[in-house]
Amino acid sequence: MESYTTYDYDVLVIGAGGAGLRAAIAAIEKGARVGVVTKSLLGKAHTVMAEGGMAAAMGNVRSEDNWKVHFRDTLKGGGMLNNWKMVENYTKEAPDRVRELERWGAVFDRTPDGKINQRNFGGHSYPRLAHVGDRTGLELIRTLQDHAVKMGINAHMETTIYRLLTEGGAVVGALGFNRQTGEFLVFRAKAVVLATGGLGRIYQITSNSWECTGDGFSLASMVGADLIDMEFIQFHPTGMVWPPSVMGILVTEGVRGEGGVLKNSEGKRFMFDNVPERYKGEFAETEEEAERWLQGDRNARRPPELLTRDVVARAIRKEVNEGRGSPHGGAYLDIASRRPADYIKKKLPSMYHQFMKLGNLDITKEPMEVGPTCHYVMGGIRVDPDTQATNVPGLYAAGEVAGGLHGANRLGGNSLSDLVVFGRRAGMAAAEYAAKQTGSYQVDEAQVRAYIAEALQPFNNPQGENPFALMKELRATMQKNAGIMREENELKTQLEILANLKKRAWNTSVSGGRAYNPGWHTALDMRLMVEISEAVVLAALARKESRGGHARLDYPDPDPTFAKLNHIIRRSSDGTLHVVAEPLPEMPEDRRKIAEAKDLKELSDKVGA
Amino acid sequence: MSTVTFKVFRGDRNGGELKDYAVEVQEGMVVLDAIHQIQAEQAPDLACRWNCKAGKCGSCGAEVNGKPTLMCMTRLDTIDTSKPVTVRPMKTFPVIRDLATDVKWNYEANKKIKPFTPAPGTDWIMFQEDVDRVQEFRKCIECFLCQNVCHVLREHDEKTGFIGPRLLVRTASLEMHPLDIENRLDMLKNEGGIGYCNITKCCTEVCPEHIHITDNAIIPLKERVVDEYYDPVLGFFRRLFGSKKRAEPSGQAADD
Ligand SMILES: Cc1cc2nc3c(=O)[nH]c(=O)nc-3n(C[C@H](O)[C@H](O)[C@H](O)COP(=O)(O)OP(=O)(O)OC[C@H]3O[C@@H](n4cnc5c(N)ncnc54)[C@H](O)[C@@H]3O)c2cc1C
Ligand code: SF4
Ligand code: SF4
Ligand code: FES
Repeated sequence: MESYTTYDYDVLVIGAGGAGLRAAIAAIEKGARVGVVTKSLLGKAHTVMAEGGMAAAMGNVRSEDNWKVHFRDTLKGGGMLNNWKMVENYTKEAPDRVRELERWGAVFDRTPDGKINQRNFGGHSYPRLAHVGDRTGLELIRTLQDHAVKMGINAHMETTIYRLLTEGGAVVGALGFNRQTGEFLVFRAKAVVLATGGLGRIYQITSNSWECTGDGFSLASMVGADLIDMEFIQFHPTGMVWPPSVMGILVTEGVRGEGGVLKNSEGKRFMFDNVPERYKGEFAETEEEAERWLQGDRNARRPPELLTRDVVARAIRKEVNEGRGSPHGGAYLDIASRRPADYIKKKLPSMYHQFMKLGNLDITKEPMEVGPTCHYVMGGIRVDPDTQATNVPGLYAAGEVAGGLHGANRLGGNSLSDLVVFGRRAGMAAAEYAAKQTGSYQVDEAQVRAYIAEALQPFNNPQGENPFALMKELRATMQKNAGIMREENELKTQLEILANLKKRAWNTSVSGGRAYNPGWHTALDMRLMVEISEAVVLAALARKESRGGHARLDYPDPDPTFAKLNHIIRRSSDGTLHVVAEPLPEMPEDRRKIAEAKDLKELSDKVGA
Repeated sequence: MSTVTFKVFRGDRNGGELKDYAVEVQEGMVVLDAIHQIQAEQAPDLACRWNCKAGKCGSCGAEVNGKPTLMCMTRLDTIDTSKPVTVRPMKTFPVIRDLATDVKWNYEANKKIKPFTPAPGTDWIMFQEDVDRVQEFRKCIECFLCQNVCHVLREHDEKTGFIGPRLLVRTASLEMHPLDIENRLDMLKNEGGIGYCNITKCCTEVCPEHIHITDNAIIPLKERVVDEYYDPVLGFFRRLFGSKKRAEPSGQAADD
């Protein structure tokens, strides 16, 4: 019989990106014994790729900024579908979490008076993103990694969790395997924090790392956790579109934040014609006004390139569809004619490097060609806004895998600070829960055996399919039928395709040994990817309107009925997924006033702080 | 489109061999794309690491035609593809399988470095010109290519007495942080083994982040060690007045 090694922890954190590391630190501070599991090496999680910055209303550059403006911007960007209480917790706490990073050794860019500098990003009313050039994610993860090492974390690197283990309806641990050796590991834990990140790799064109196969959503849903609003997938407007092998790699919004402009093949700045009703009056109306804004005129309004991502992505798509796209099916993003070469190299060094190396293009001299790329998922595991607890006892979730904070569309920079605010809350709550579990560690041996046999099945299935080919099929069909523009027929077709892929995902064949075998890893990833793809498509079918990251060709406008509904994706006892519409949590009157403020000056007083 | 032959190392800790794979190449392809294509179509168990495909995570280091590099940043049109392209794992670290090496040692050696220790009562005001220097070191993506080429580790396998260029860079990022007050000179001299470095600059040459590892990190650290241990007068003053340029503590409560 297959042997395995067992580890006992109070809190098991699955994922070592920003959310997982911050949760681990918080749980250790509470005295818990903590284990951290990550598919990659420490410090390599997807978070390392984040570029532009982390949003926090610190008011270092514009003193008028405060949590209320950030609260309003976030809800407005999210089409008011956000969980308001989460947004409040988040916007109030983010500045402290940024300062904490500095105290742990992070070295942010500075303002002339020596404070943490903040830059502009889409949807943010003021310069709000603490940043380090365009490698903010690296700074964040390295700081958390160093601090976690200082606190003595136990990291299980290159280890994949294949299933959560349950006992009497509560999560009591997880089964995984060491990728380097293929050895199985059983983690017995009193509480588990899922911090597994996003699902971008279910799409063909994505900015996401290989790890973002949506494992956490599926693992949670399989043990009965609710998912929320999975239809809201963010397509970042600016991915690289050329050459083909780099398609999807991100071009940071920092480029637009620093003054970059979008043009079509006719040389026209098209964003002026794409300002949606809800943002009318908040953006510059002429190139001249936008230019004054860039020069620092506080009376000028922001250029429309800084509209929210959903708006910009769709505007680019429209230019391409109407025949005004760039040669490789995107639009031009030009910073070269806007800022001096030295400035660009200083503020956007890795973009400069990336285009030079991969695209043979000097961004200080020429415009970039960009187009939408799957970037982020707003939906996720449904959590309590204060503790990040799921509806399954013992299970917590934080970071991109948790839903609720971002509503229908996430503002740039709102993820990195989300990770540290809610990573910390999840870690604390999990440690507190664990401390109350006085019984001995229990896992069901039969459950473990069954999962191990299941995981090894592709090795004993010589007639099965190539997992890489299957993965390619999944990604191509999701891109085509459930991508940036959706419609009923295609979504229904995709459901049929997924039903078929789901069967085939259990009939793959892998060769070679168990040590570091990517074919095997892909075969197992596929099983989780088909589950979460189905949740996305079901939720997208149910939302018969366009809002934020979800655009329906057959229902092109927002619909007031749907404006008040979250979609809960739940698994029946027979394993099938279904969608339930639920009214949004009611926002108290004083908070609604903040969210709906027309004039930012109304929010500049100290009331409600 | 043309067909290029790749000779890829296949094997493990106990040895292995180069195997030939023919790959159809397209415009703009990098070495990592070729490896992925081999994985998807010819050898599904070919092991390699990657995360970002954009030179940001430092996972995909390997030796391409003998040159240590990030596979994701090495375009095929920058190398001679009329001849077979060899791809081998980094030599300094034990092979796990194929192109994936066991880099655990780096994480262990890292623990010798004392963590960031801010001055008590600091006001956290720092100016860009003061942080420029450490920001250069903080660009490190931990690809370990510098560790891989440093002859002290590569040829002499001196992994007990020397922490290698990456970790010297990390030490520099802490020692030169304007608000850090820890002293790591003793570590550098002893367990860190900075004396082993004879400034050949091989590390600097391979650094994909263009960190001036030798000139900006190692040489200044060597000077500090020399001042501290071999120049008693300077060492005395350093101990008296602190060895670092530091922002004046404001006297106000630090944590708000
Ligand atoms: C190119 C790019 C640029 C970005 N720039 C910004 C920005 O400027 N500002 C901003 O706010 N946001 C940005 N984002 C978004 C942000 O980076 C992510 O949303 C965020 O990093 C997610 O962090 P996380 O901690 O939730 O998960 P991740 O960092 O994705 O970490 C997930 C962890 O879970 C592990 N894991 C997953 N599945 C399993 C499993 N089955 N078993 C074990 N471990 C598992 C992974 O190995 C990894 O360690 C950017 C994203 C990209 C792609
Ligand atoms: S300069 Fe020093 S650290 Fe760098 S490769 Fe040479 S000996 Fe090694
Ligand atoms: S210093 Fe440069 S070469 Fe060395 S690990 Fe860091 S990025 Fe890589
Ligand atoms: S894959 Fe991240 S550096 Fe190459």
